[in-house]
Amino acid sequence: MKTATQASAVLAGARWRVWEPLLWLAALAAPLLFPSHALIVNEVAIVALFAVSLDLVLGYTGIVSLGHAAFFGMGAYAAGLFAKLVMPDPVVGLLVAVALSTALGALCSLTIMRGTDLTRLMVTLGVALILGEIANKYSDFTGGADGLQGVVMGPVLGLFEFDLYGRVAAWYSIVVLMVFFVLSRRLVHSPFGATLKAIRDNRLRAMAIGVPVLSRLAVIYTIAAGVAGAAGALLAQTSGFVSLDVFAFDRSADVMLILVVGGVGWLYGGVAGAIVFKLMQDWLSSITPQYWTFWLGLFLVVLVLVGRERLLRPWTWFGASKGGKA
Amino acid sequence: MLTILFDGIAYGMLLFVLAVGLAVTMGLMNFINLAHGAFAMVGGYTTVLLMQRLQVPFLVCLPLAFLVSGLLGAVLERTLYRPMYRRPHLDQVLFSIGLTFMAVAAMDYFMGSSQQIIQLPAYLKGRSEFDTPLGLLGMGHYRLFIIAVCAALTVALQFILARTRFGSRLRAAVDDQRVAAGLGINVNIVFLSTFAVGSGLAGLGGALGTEVLGLDPTFPLKFMIYFLIVVAVGGTSSITGPLLAALLLGIADVAGKYYVPKLGGFIVYSLMIAILIWRPHGLFSRLGGKS
Repeated sequence: MKTATQASAVLAGARWRVWEPLLWLAALAAPLLFPSHALIVNEVAIVALFAVSLDLVLGYTGIVSLGHAAFFGMGAYAAGLFAKLVMPDPVVGLLVAVALSTALGALCSLTIMRGTDLTRLMVTLGVALILGEIANKYSDFTGGADGLQGVVMGPVLGLFEFDLYGRVAAWYSIVVLMVFFVLSRRLVHSPFGATLKAIRDNRLRAMAIGVPVLSRLAVIYTIAAGVAGAAGALLAQTSGFVSLDVFAFDRSADVMLILVVGGVGWLYGGVAGAIVFKLMQDWLSSITPQYWTFWLGLFLVVLVLVGRERLLRPWTWFGASKGGKA
Repeated sequence: MLTILFDGIAYGMLLFVLAVGLAVTMGLMNFINLAHGAFAMVGGYTTVLLMQRLQVPFLVCLPLAFLVSGLLGAVLERTLYRPMYRRPHLDQVLFSIGLTFMAVAAMDYFMGSSQQIIQLPAYLKGRSEFDTPLGLLGMGHYRLFIIAVCAALTVALQFILARTRFGSRLRAAVDDQRVAAGLGINVNIVFLSTFAVGSGLAGLGGALGTEVLGLDPTFPLKFMIYFLIVVAVGGTSSITGPLLAALLLGIADVAGKYYVPKLGGFIVYSLMIAILIWRPHGLFSRLGGKS
């Protein structure tokens, strides 16, 4: 570090820190260390991937989307149907699902270019609702309200059979998460990513320095759709079941919450949020199975009122400004 | 054919009463309040409780539903909503989703998850059929009642907005809050009362709609989307926009479900997306208004 030029300041975030490989090693070790919790590890990995995808649009570009489940669901149904109708190989199914949801994302990216936050909220929500409706109505194809059943997966890469304890599933999901995470990380630290942040921070100024705002928005939305599709595909493949709730509004809301808990605009935020959220959900729903959404809602309200910065750093509560109630 | 049109209008009017408060909140305070449906649910449950437990007549319940949810709105505005006005939209969305989740779970806890049924008074049951040159027109009396109430409300609202001192203050605050405050308008009071009236209207809509839409704890989540569509499509700068949007939506929904039941909500959502891509600020937005 001889010269602290501006270029190196921009690139500083791109460098891998020491703890990052350790973190991923720990993630890979988790199914071994907690063999009875492999299912949860798997869920966390899937949700984390979904949150990373939302972070690409919300955290790095500032598009508020309430319908991100559209792509998640698309990936899930694509992977499920592919396994059922064409071939059971998980990796091929994953690629197909990613391709299809990317295509859907490209189509939907046309809808996010115009309008205000409210318009975008509504349009993204509408897309998820329409897809849910389609999946519901074409029941002979998708199973309708009963869900798509009987998805049987082959072994991963022809070597690793999915086991009953979900260990292979957990590893599979973690590896896929890792691949997409590294790609996303590479993306947001590239010059392309820098223009995204410029758009998020000040769209007018970004336009003035010659950033093609609309095409950038479209591209990142499409990419994020593909990543969300991968998360959906993982869910379908590891649980062997797809139901209509992959498109549900709750799922879009949850993933937004996860991302906000973990921290927006920081790819690890999605991962951290996923861990916190899943553990909290597991804990709360074991205490109050039926009413856990109440506590979720309360948590959200308090989180927003207190401010996520201060909630995550409790030691700042006793500083100069004391506010909110918990 | 005419019957469908009639039902669609009744449904649209109901949606309008449910959504108009939200239109004002969003337009006035630029606040994305996804918890609006929760106020409607409070109104609905107020009616159900009053009628079932205390045998209060239906017509008395309606103003009470308005009052209860309006009061609740006022209290929440004072305590929780006010700090959120200046926050980014993302925070507002999360905050109001959180409130909605809490309302849904709390109602489930206190009232049970089953659908609530109210007994309409005898004079609102039944239906009349007329032979018109265009075909048979069947009018349910209750739907006729809804249309009458909602039309009266619309006229009253329009009058208040356009002709009264409060209305001109409100419009001033909508267009430019700072200048309005500078002119000596107490924007806080205007906001508070508008929010309370908006919540009250939602409650009234919920009470009226219990029979038509059904009432169970998932009501806020189920109909939130419809309110939002009404507001987004209609624009937030006047009440004619949401009214026309609600009518359009109501007729499209009823007609769609009748003629092509296989598509269900598909038509409404596609219509919304098409309109919003075409006119992102709403069909009837005014130029120069706050976006």
